[in-house]
Amino acid sequence: MKNTDVRDPAYFHKVVDCQWACPAHTNVPEYIRLIAQGKYTEAYIVNRESNVFPAILGRTCDRPCEPACRRGRLDGKPVAICRLKRVAADLRGEISHLLPKIPKESNGKRIALIGAGPASLTVANDLRPLGYQVTLFEKQDKPGGLMRSNIPSFRLPEKVLDDEVNIILEMGVDIRYNSPVSSLRSLLNEKYDAVFAGTGAPRGKDLEIPGRREAAANIHIGIDWLESVAFGHIDSIGKRVLIIGVGNTAMDCCRTSRRLGGTDIKVMARRPRAYFKASPWELDDAEEEGIDIVINHAPKRFVLENGRLTGMEFERLEWDAEAKKSRVIDTIFLPADDVILAIGQDNAFPWIERDLGIQFNKWDMPVVDETTFESTLGGVFFGGDAAFGPKNIIWAVAHGHAAAISIHNYCQGLPVTVRPQPRMSLITQKMGISEWSYHNDYNPAARQKMQHVDLMRRFEQLNIEVELGFNPEQTAREVQRCLNCDVQTVFAEKRCIECDACIDICPVQCLTITADGEEKEVRARLSAPAVNPDQALFASAPLPQTGRLMFKDEDVCVHCGLCAERCPTAAWDMQKFDLIIPYAGSPCSTPSVAMHQ
Amino acid sequence: MPSISKPVATHPSLQRNELGLTIRDYEGSMSTLCAGCGHDSITAAVTRAFWELSIAPHQIAKLSGIGCSSKTPTYFVSGAHGFNSAHGRMPAIATGAAAANRDLVYIGVSGDGDSLSIGLGQLCHAIRRNVRMVYLIENNGVYGLTKGQFSASADIGSKSKRGEPNRMAPIDPVRLALTLGATFVARSFSGDKEQLVPILKAAVAHRGFALIDVISPCVTFNDHSGSTKSYLQTRKHMIRATETDFVPPANEILAHISSNGATSVTLHDGSVVHFRSVPLGYDPKDRAKVSTYLDRHQDSGEILTGLLYLDESAPDMHELSQTSEVPLVHIPYETLCPGSKALEELQEEFR
Repeated sequence: MKNTDVRDPAYFHKVVDCQWACPAHTNVPEYIRLIAQGKYTEAYIVNRESNVFPAILGRTCDRPCEPACRRGRLDGKPVAICRLKRVAADLRGEISHLLPKIPKESNGKRIALIGAGPASLTVANDLRPLGYQVTLFEKQDKPGGLMRSNIPSFRLPEKVLDDEVNIILEMGVDIRYNSPVSSLRSLLNEKYDAVFAGTGAPRGKDLEIPGRREAAANIHIGIDWLESVAFGHIDSIGKRVLIIGVGNTAMDCCRTSRRLGGTDIKVMARRPRAYFKASPWELDDAEEEGIDIVINHAPKRFVLENGRLTGMEFERLEWDAEAKKSRVIDTIFLPADDVILAIGQDNAFPWIERDLGIQFNKWDMPVVDETTFESTLGGVFFGGDAAFGPKNIIWAVAHGHAAAISIHNYCQGLPVTVRPQPRMSLITQKMGISEWSYHNDYNPAARQKMQHVDLMRRFEQLNIEVELGFNPEQTAREVQRCLNCDVQTVFAEKRCIECDACIDICPVQCLTITADGEEKEVRARLSAPAVNPDQALFASAPLPQTGRLMFKDEDVCVHCGLCAERCPTAAWDMQKFDLIIPYAGSPCSTPSVAMHQ
Repeated sequence: MPSISKPVATHPSLQRNELGLTIRDYEGSMSTLCAGCGHDSITAAVTRAFWELSIAPHQIAKLSGIGCSSKTPTYFVSGAHGFNSAHGRMPAIATGAAAANRDLVYIGVSGDGDSLSIGLGQLCHAIRRNVRMVYLIENNGVYGLTKGQFSASADIGSKSKRGEPNRMAPIDPVRLALTLGATFVARSFSGDKEQLVPILKAAVAHRGFALIDVISPCVTFNDHSGSTKSYLQTRKHMIRATETDFVPPANEILAHISSNGATSVTLHDGSVVHFRSVPLGYDPKDRAKVSTYLDRHQDSGEILTGLLYLDESAPDMHELSQTSEVPLVHIPYETLCPGSKALEELQEEFR
């Protein structure tokens, strides 16, 4: 096997599963430790540096970090990272003195951002501290984009949204409300130094089946309907509601319906539950509110009586084992007063003239570089859902950071492809004999359950936030479930005397000293078989006494530090890994390791 | 706050033995020996051997004397019986315990100081009696607990940490045991669990006294360049003279017979010790040949390891004493001690 190169920041970064899975690479273990110490403000700032919207994301994030969490592979339940993020945001103190300083003088460059959603706001957040003049065009009379229009206020209170959006606007963003950009050509004529489109995926998919046009008055497109509710244009719905589709938008639609007068609400899914797109916790929350989730029903037609919708016909399906092929069992009718379509959304760029030099692909999406976020027209960038179709807020934030780097390069006359690289610092955590600077024991506590507002009370008003947040006891327990995966096991083979102490003490059998071989073959003959191919197998250089190699299967290491504790020669050490993520303005050529002790 | 206790977390693929126990169920308290001590590796090997043999923890009795080695029974099978005796007196305690309850599995853990100096006489008599027990000597050539003075197993010329050489001849427990008529004699190295675990399992199955001398480097006082019992020195000079597999009773023997004169010994419980390879002309059942072989290699500096001698034919202590098949502890007190009237009657017979 190739000896593992731990000087590449990617190796240790990958060990921190949550940070690796997060598109914005938020330093999760660091902020969880800060929460454990009651340093909520500091925890919030660590969060904000990478994900920009901790309070919003602490309520709404799709949480790619949690399925990745190592704790989940040990006791089945990941650390409640998202809920802890909210704790830091809810309990933080004054942060204005900790925010990036905005220079009084402009650097003379003007940037236009289209759409005041998370992607554009992130670009503004990264560029204002560098002195860029930022003009933000928004079609609505309030900022936030999809975060305001598509996320119901019982999940994301308006005040929470306003607070975090205002932090960015108060950096001195020239925001123009009620200003939809209807022509990119005319915007380009205004001679901005760069243009960024963060316009989202604003077009909900329609369902062209018989009766669609005739019953249009009672058939709503999910994201448009949610937007109308958010801006106060709709405040009621019929008693019997059918939601078509079973993604997260469907969950928001059914729960909003429940609050606007719906009493008999069914979410209609074509496929079995294992294939739902909605996050499991959103399904749970909907079912807790009495929403009926019906599987294996395919919409056939809308049924009308006297020109008014009375319900829908569905084909009942029977699927094969992989849910690939289906067979129709029969057709049934379900009565309904209203139907909401939540079957996906598309991008739409009617405002981009096709002769500007921006290439579009066969799906009518602009061709956008996945690293630089630049379109085929220099100086025009895309990010968020506008770049590669619908994803989640945290992806829009990640795109915004990357696009800001490109815009900065572009405006400074550097190629957008020459990008600052991630760096790392590694600092030993040994404080003395049997003394480590971090809480290294394994707390067997179970994942804490979020408390909700009483069912009876939560429907009284649309904007009563359902989740109460963790109480102090829950927070104290949950923080201790984190394994501190960023406190890394760092091995110096020259010092190893092959005494086996680390192997004997490891509670999860992740270490082995054995002869070299092909990775696949080595994985089968370790102290415990390394069966998770997604997790790295560390291989040292040959050891001094026997020439065998030290192997470490990263899969379920609990970072207890006992290998380092029991090592007589300090060949193992526990070192805190800090990923230094590049942002706009970071230097481009610096060594990858900032510190190595 | 830092913690040095072993986390309760386990590997998801952790296996269970025939009793439904995991290897974690055979662990003891956290070791307080120096980090890197060979004894901790031997502890890990003992833990594994008992787990693999599926012996119920309460069927095990672990005994020791005084010394670093004698601390180690605390670090394995916390569910077992235990006795920590006076210095060098463990063999007598083990003999007594085995006499009273022949059903338990006895493991004595001792060191080169405890067994070859103060307890040498005790060791010799336990061998003579062929007490059924596993007798581990964790051999590091120094008195670790008293800061590294030479022990009785230190080789001539081996240097102390401060540089003075040892001048007195060592006692080799393996050759000593052979001359005393021991029925199971082995040597191994703490850094070679692949070899040590099968030897331990065979030792448990052996009906009689099973002596295992394990080179176990003292990482604090005897792991330097002038030492003959350091990790590096042992690795350089260790020769696996014999290689053995332990095959439990019900398993079929499928081992490859090598050209190096492979042979098998069936133990009383039906298990088999299979010698995969032995040196040319070597017979692990022939005491004289083994002795000659060891004598020949004595001065070359080589450390011969493996299960070196095995004799299943000799009677153990209970057979020699013709004691009851039922362990004495299970015989009612009234039967064991019929009272003063019965004593008077007995004495009357001799008057």
